[in-house]
Amino acid sequence: MTLDFASNADYLWALLPEIVLSAWAMVVLLAGVRRPHETPASPEVMAWLSLAGIAIAAGVNGWLYGVTSTDPTAMITVDGFRLFANWIFLLGAALTILIAPPYVARQRLQAGEFYTLILLGTVGMMFMGGTQNLILLFLALETMSVAAYVLTAYNRRDRRSAEGGLKYFLLGSFSSGFLLYGIALVWGATGSVHLPEIGATVEAGAGFTGLLLAGMALLLIGFAFKVAAVPFHMWTPDVYEGAPSPSTAFMAAAVKAASFIAFVRVFMEAFPALYESWYPIMWWLAALTMVVANVVALSQTNVKRMLAYSSVAHGGYLLVALAAANQMAMAGLLFYLLVYTIMNVGAFGVLMVVSNYGEDRLQVEDYAGFGWTRPLLAVLFTIFLLSLAGFPGTGGFMAKIYLLQGAVDSHLWTLAVLLVLTTVVSYYYYLRVAWFMWMRPAPEGQTPGSYWAPLPLSLALIAGAGIILYLGIFPSGLLDGAMAGAEGLGLVRDTLLGLNP
Amino acid sequence: MADIFFFIFAATAIGGGIGVVLQKNPVGSLLFMVGTLASIAGIYVLLDAHFLAAIQIMVYAGAVMVLFLFVIMLLNLGHDYRDDIKTGLLLFLAFATAGAIGGLLARQLRGAADNPILAHFPGPEGMEQLLAEQGIVGAIARPLFTDYVVAFELTGILLLVALVGAVAIAKRKV
Repeated sequence: MTLDFASNADYLWALLPEIVLSAWAMVVLLAGVRRPHETPASPEVMAWLSLAGIAIAAGVNGWLYGVTSTDPTAMITVDGFRLFANWIFLLGAALTILIAPPYVARQRLQAGEFYTLILLGTVGMMFMGGTQNLILLFLALETMSVAAYVLTAYNRRDRRSAEGGLKYFLLGSFSSGFLLYGIALVWGATGSVHLPEIGATVEAGAGFTGLLLAGMALLLIGFAFKVAAVPFHMWTPDVYEGAPSPSTAFMAAAVKAASFIAFVRVFMEAFPALYESWYPIMWWLAALTMVVANVVALSQTNVKRMLAYSSVAHGGYLLVALAAANQMAMAGLLFYLLVYTIMNVGAFGVLMVVSNYGEDRLQVEDYAGFGWTRPLLAVLFTIFLLSLAGFPGTGGFMAKIYLLQGAVDSHLWTLAVLLVLTTVVSYYYYLRVAWFMWMRPAPEGQTPGSYWAPLPLSLALIAGAGIILYLGIFPSGLLDGAMAGAEGLGLVRDTLLGLNP
Repeated sequence: MADIFFFIFAATAIGGGIGVVLQKNPVGSLLFMVGTLASIAGIYVLLDAHFLAAIQIMVYAGAVMVLFLFVIMLLNLGHDYRDDIKTGLLLFLAFATAGAIGGLLARQLRGAADNPILAHFPGPEGMEQLLAEQGIVGAIARPLFTDYVVAFELTGILLLVALVGAVAIAKRKV
């Protein structure tokens, strides 16, 4: 099917996954409010209902591979980058919804609205990945962010949740202000909000250069807030620690992935000609994020907070890909985001089992004896931790290899060395949890066997660990997909180095 | 004549903005903000964007600001006169940054009439023609429901998310 966008009805086809998912989110919302307050809808039923919507949206996303767009000026693009990004978002949402029900039930959260917000937040992410228009990008980013703010503050009975939600909301709105001002200045400098048109204007050297640079700097600050790059990461630990655990899993995986996807699209499509201006900033952001986040994570005794810093550190690895800006790095970024989504949501799933679907038992000492009480879950957790650390044989290792490959292709030796060194540092705090799990006996007087895990959660974790191990051994299939997705992006650096004249 | 009005509105808008920041009483800040928004509405009129000016007055200066006032009064804020503005270096840096951005804008746009990029913008003649053809409301409504229909629909989803979220967080019984 070929879309030329001569009629606006073509947007119905180009946006079919998003339309299906938002319509389904409203079905979930209505199903949730249909029940009286005394007998609320069961979280499991609502979860399966939401998953059905995600499955349909995923099917439609697969169908979109047969669709081509012939109009480069359309607001929505149908390229491989968008479709690959959609898989990441849908997978992140599906895994979150699979692991969430016991937490939602135990904490007596309102299930209907919870899943609706996850689905609508995912719609916002899919728009972020699919749009080439800065106005639409901003609206999509706000849709995703508002859903994330609410999901953070969702547990009314927990003060930390409210505190995290307020902090996230204030700092998030502040960073949205930067982004919006940046968009306004870029529009003023180039006369367009359409990314390829901006790119063409910039490349021709037309427009107001000073305004353009100021706008680009503001956009960079706004995105750096959203992806939690050091020194714009201050909100992350408190927000990730305070939020209900399923929300944290969703934010650390899918929300972060969406921010990176939009970051890449804006800088690769609109500002490739200014690469030499933004590359040093990106370099420093990547280096600082990797070093600071990994060093601070070393001293964390709260596992949830440790995973928050770990998520910041992974953002640093991904920023290396942005600094490298070649196709290999972009494919590595897509690969990394997919693997990271699986392993991060998986780690949060086991964390919820150990904390008994609450927010109390999160210290690393609470993991003592877990390994021999629930060997299967502990093995899965170990796989996720090893993959997060980037151990050979896991998907996380291959993902880091591809990022390294991208960095080396662009001759970024220092960043490549920093990536390896900080990865080695990160082994300590990941493996410490595994060590407590397997090597320390449970403390006296504690009754073991309180680690209850329902079947859907276990199945999701087993499937996730299976994919992680499979990708650790046979990564080429997914890498081919990622390479196809990154096609046309990141020719900047190659041209500069004379590799691709 | 239009120039004189522009400078009056611009001065009141900027003065109001500074007033918002410098006031210690939130109600005072709010009234300065109403002044700023009304001055910007005046600038919209000078730019022939009459519909936008009316909406600006009704929605922002009217409805939103009144809601702000309700919230401040219902929560009984506005009795806390502590000096919450950082003084010294931070204050200087804040104004220096704002001044630098303003200076950059002025420098870039001064004598820029021959910059080819300006062809992307309609300019006064283009605006007059557009208004004559489509009317004040049509000039906004037509792009909103044709070129920007996707953005329009996405705004609907954004509002739904905000509404569902606000109800979920602020509900009396949980």
